[in-house]
Amino acid sequence: MNLSSRKFIVGIIFLVVGIIFIIRLFNVQVLDDKYKSESDHNVLREVIQYPARGLIYDRTGELLVYNEAAYDLMILPKQVKELDTLALCELLEIGKKDFLEKFTKAKKYSRYKPSTFLKEISSVSYANIQEQLYRYPGFFVQTRTLRKYPRKSAAHILGYIGEVNQSVIEERPYYKSGDYIGKSGLEYSYEEMLRGTRGVKRILVDVHNREKGSYRDGAKDTMAVTGTVLHTTLDIVLQEYGELLMKGKKGSIVAIEPKTGEILSLVSAPYYDPNMLVGRAVGKNYPVLSKDTLNPLFNRALMAKYPPGSIFKTVQAMIGLQEGVISENSSFACNKSLVGCHNHPTASSVAASVKMSCNPYYYNVYKRILQQKRAKSIFKDSELGLAIWSKQVKKFGFGQRLATDLPNIKAGYVPDVGFYNRWYGEGRWAFSTIYSLSIGQGEMGVIPLQMANLSAIIANRGYYRVPHFVKNIEGIDTIPQKFKEKHSIDIDEKYINTVIDGMYGVVYEPGGTARRARVHDDVVVCGKTGTAQNPHGEDHSVFMAFAPRDNPQIAIAVYVENAGGGGSWAAPIAGLMIEQYLTDSISTRNKKREEYILKNNYKIPPPY
Amino acid sequence: MRSYKNILGKIDWSIVLLYLILIFVGWINIYAAVYNEDHHSIFDISQRYGKQLMWIGLALVIAFVILLVDSQFFTSFAIPIYAIVLLSLVGVLLFGVETNGARSWFKLGGFKLQPSEFAKFATSLALAKYLSALNIKMKDVKTKVLAAVIIGLPAVLILLQNDTGSTLVYAAFIFVLYREGLSGNILLFGILAILVFVLTLIFGPVNIILTAAFAYIIIYGLLKYDVKTTFIALVAYSGLVYAFFYFELISNILYYSIAGGLFFLVVYLITRKEMRDKSIHYIGVVIFVLTCFYIFSIDFAFNKVLKEHQRTRITVLLGEEEKLVEQIETLKIARDAEGISKEEKQKIRDDIGAKRFSLRELRQGNGWNIKQSLIAIGSGGFTGKGFLDGTQTKFNFVPEQSTDFIFCTIGEEWGFLGTFFLVCIYIALFLRILFLAERQRSIFSRVYGYAVASILFFHFLINIGMTIGLAPVIGIPLPFISYGGSSLWSFTILLFIFIKLDSERLLVLR
Ligand SMILES: [Zn+2]
Repeated sequence: MNLSSRKFIVGIIFLVVGIIFIIRLFNVQVLDDKYKSESDHNVLREVIQYPARGLIYDRTGELLVYNEAAYDLMILPKQVKELDTLALCELLEIGKKDFLEKFTKAKKYSRYKPSTFLKEISSVSYANIQEQLYRYPGFFVQTRTLRKYPRKSAAHILGYIGEVNQSVIEERPYYKSGDYIGKSGLEYSYEEMLRGTRGVKRILVDVHNREKGSYRDGAKDTMAVTGTVLHTTLDIVLQEYGELLMKGKKGSIVAIEPKTGEILSLVSAPYYDPNMLVGRAVGKNYPVLSKDTLNPLFNRALMAKYPPGSIFKTVQAMIGLQEGVISENSSFACNKSLVGCHNHPTASSVAASVKMSCNPYYYNVYKRILQQKRAKSIFKDSELGLAIWSKQVKKFGFGQRLATDLPNIKAGYVPDVGFYNRWYGEGRWAFSTIYSLSIGQGEMGVIPLQMANLSAIIANRGYYRVPHFVKNIEGIDTIPQKFKEKHSIDIDEKYINTVIDGMYGVVYEPGGTARRARVHDDVVVCGKTGTAQNPHGEDHSVFMAFAPRDNPQIAIAVYVENAGGGGSWAAPIAGLMIEQYLTDSISTRNKKREEYILKNNYKIPPPY
Repeated sequence: MRSYKNILGKIDWSIVLLYLILIFVGWINIYAAVYNEDHHSIFDISQRYGKQLMWIGLALVIAFVILLVDSQFFTSFAIPIYAIVLLSLVGVLLFGVETNGARSWFKLGGFKLQPSEFAKFATSLALAKYLSALNIKMKDVKTKVLAAVIIGLPAVLILLQNDTGSTLVYAAFIFVLYREGLSGNILLFGILAILVFVLTLIFGPVNIILTAAFAYIIIYGLLKYDVKTTFIALVAYSGLVYAFFYFELISNILYYSIAGGLFFLVVYLITRKEMRDKSIHYIGVVIFVLTCFYIFSIDFAFNKVLKEHQRTRITVLLGEEEKLVEQIETLKIARDAEGISKEEKQKIRDDIGAKRFSLRELRQGNGWNIKQSLIAIGSGGFTGKGFLDGTQTKFNFVPEQSTDFIFCTIGEEWGFLGTFFLVCIYIALFLRILFLAERQRSIFSRVYGYAVASILFFHFLINIGMTIGLAPVIGIPLPFISYGGSSLWSFTILLFIFIKLDSERLLVLR
């Protein structure tokens, strides 16, 4: 055979293979309908397995936050076919215009990716819709969970969750459009633990929108991991009681367990039911809450800055004693020409000065702290003194953001040398310029949490742990190290005890300003009243206390805005809170006070 | 130096046009296969389609450079090029990086290169050089052996990289050798061996041997004796077989007839010359015994030597899924039967485990892939679903959509019209290369041309065959279309060297 003729053999083999392929392709693509119907069954849908968000409990194991199932109607525009718009509108109980808007929006977002069409269908309409859904390819229902708050309390602490915004989606790849994220409170701070991990289940659905089983036997599916359970330090009974007492008032209560820094209760009034900011209701309620002039969304306990007022005298006393510029028995006349005061006997000791809250006394104490004759110039001397003073004050946690586990906490303000140098010019200010700091007025600012922390410091005789809400994180079974660390204020215990003597007098001795804070006879309360000056209206009533005097279990600060002197409102509220916490009940003697407080919810409409 | 015009004027523009059509089809279908809404520009180089455009640009530069090089260069340096490629194949075994279980990539910075791709044209050049030398005759044993060595060396090195697909490509050279004088029986024998292999796996060794015997009796009887004797022998034989299988109820007469017919044809073709010889008797017996041996060795190799994943590649093709399910059920009954020893029970359990593994492989691995591939192509219908409107290839039902399974995207979105067009383009390209190869004055150019056509054809055969369920799942790219720089460049080099050789066919007599 001529070899050259073999080109035909090779050519024919090539050609035959080509023809076989074409025949096979014609068979598969044109003649055989099997593959077309298989393809219709092969519509892949990614169903996101939303993990149940972590539950939140109070310190006694009471459930504060749980999850409830919700159903979202999803749309995948690419798969929408032969749509009977009118029937679907009827089924979903929405108008045609509304429908078209949503449809356009979904298509604009993506033709290939599913998006939410209708949020939180009620479980009744869910059953109805689910039954009919097979008629509407491209639509399907996705299950999600909503937060529920059985105690309707502690909204500011627990916070709320909401849909992620675009910037979060871009910065944090975990989040996808439509996901929920903690927006405030503990939901925000512990987001990564609470949220768990999303899973994805890939299922096959046919053109009739019916599920046909899992894709590749589930080989590529990922399981959702449930969020971590969070145990908080909150005592929900105390919290609810605090909210009850603050009903109709503006202000805040912060109660801390001194030894541990655990926050037992943190009330900011006016407050709202946390269930208001859940799911679809948010759209309706959020504008109402945010437009309210009383600003219920604002967490006063962490964000409201007040002058510390008379309570700050306890700090001045401790610093004065520690600096050695006064002794326990120092006595200063109540010279009202220095600074105004009320009528009272001369304070002949530090304890008495705390009890009687004598302003001129602290004018003198502060003067001695600032002017210790370290320099010849009176200006330079004040500067050196202020430097020592502000450094010491900051050790109490003032003027800095306490690293607690709620977001958006304010630092307050402790003025220092730099501040006044900028304000008045260097060498142009001295004690006489800034003396109002001596009685907690002037440029100083504190938040209620810092005040409660001061109370805890005194109760602990000289240290604090950063106040916090986390008691235990399940699975890790510990809390962040920063909440375990002791912060010392570097004041000798004996000086603190001197101040405590005075705080005891405030509640129990004649001439004390907070006799209304007394509770059950077995419980010794030590406290200090204050009045935070308010240039815009009536002064704020402030009270700080801890109890019992020995081995204290609770330290508390109460702010009632526009309520006048600390003894009138803040002290009895603190007393009731202490009694509630320590004895789990209110004694008959205090029942009357409770009634009075509850009745006089002045000027402010009831909370939400 | 000749002018550009001179060079461009003499090249075969029809091949260049077919080449350009194929790379363009590849590019837009890669775009469709990995279409990413967030990066919908086809020029976005963060995506495969953008990258492929870069590879295409580079390929065109390479093509142009090849056209500028004097064709003398390829004949003179055929052996050195081959040697360098062999060295790089050894090098990649030592210093390469492993991807998908195959150690076949060099990594240079962010760049990956696959030397096995370039071994194709180097081997073609070397083979052309060797066969075009003076006094080389295909009939000589020495020529056959040396040609086999030239082809076999790179093939073995690539096999060592664990890249079975690329190794098999070297089988394509049998067409080249056939054209240069290798006995047609070897080509026929190769095709026969593959047929028997597949049939044995489908019907089992015993059935095939029975059929072989049946065919043998017909041929032998008709040639040696007469129709009557043959008929009696057949009846007797059939009676025996029937009696043997009576209780087993094996009934698929159709398959027996087909297999028997094939055997009849094949054995007749091989032995037709020798039939007139007296030694027919012994040759017939030898062929029969060898066939039986081959059939049993297939069965043995398949079940004992092949690894699980290699086995599934083939079983998928043969639709073994139901069989496996049945076997597992039978084993379960055996396991739960009373009165078997612990060891036996454990053995059955292991067996069930292995079979379940295979089943999983079938359902999630290659079996799944073939099924999804067919669904994607089949659902395209006559006119296709339209550009970017494929659902099967968009949602990752089909694996490796932009590389080995790119044909699925074409089938789904462009339908039968698209696949028909593409098959025609390929066949036109192959036949055009054959035509040009035949018009060469030099043996070198002709051998090289046949090598180019055969290699491209083999890729076409396996790749498209795989996606439409006619060939086992072997991952090799579809020439000029599949995503990837190395393969595109290697095919471009392969083809354009031939275009260059052809353009100068009248200038030099090699
Ligand atoms: Zn006084």
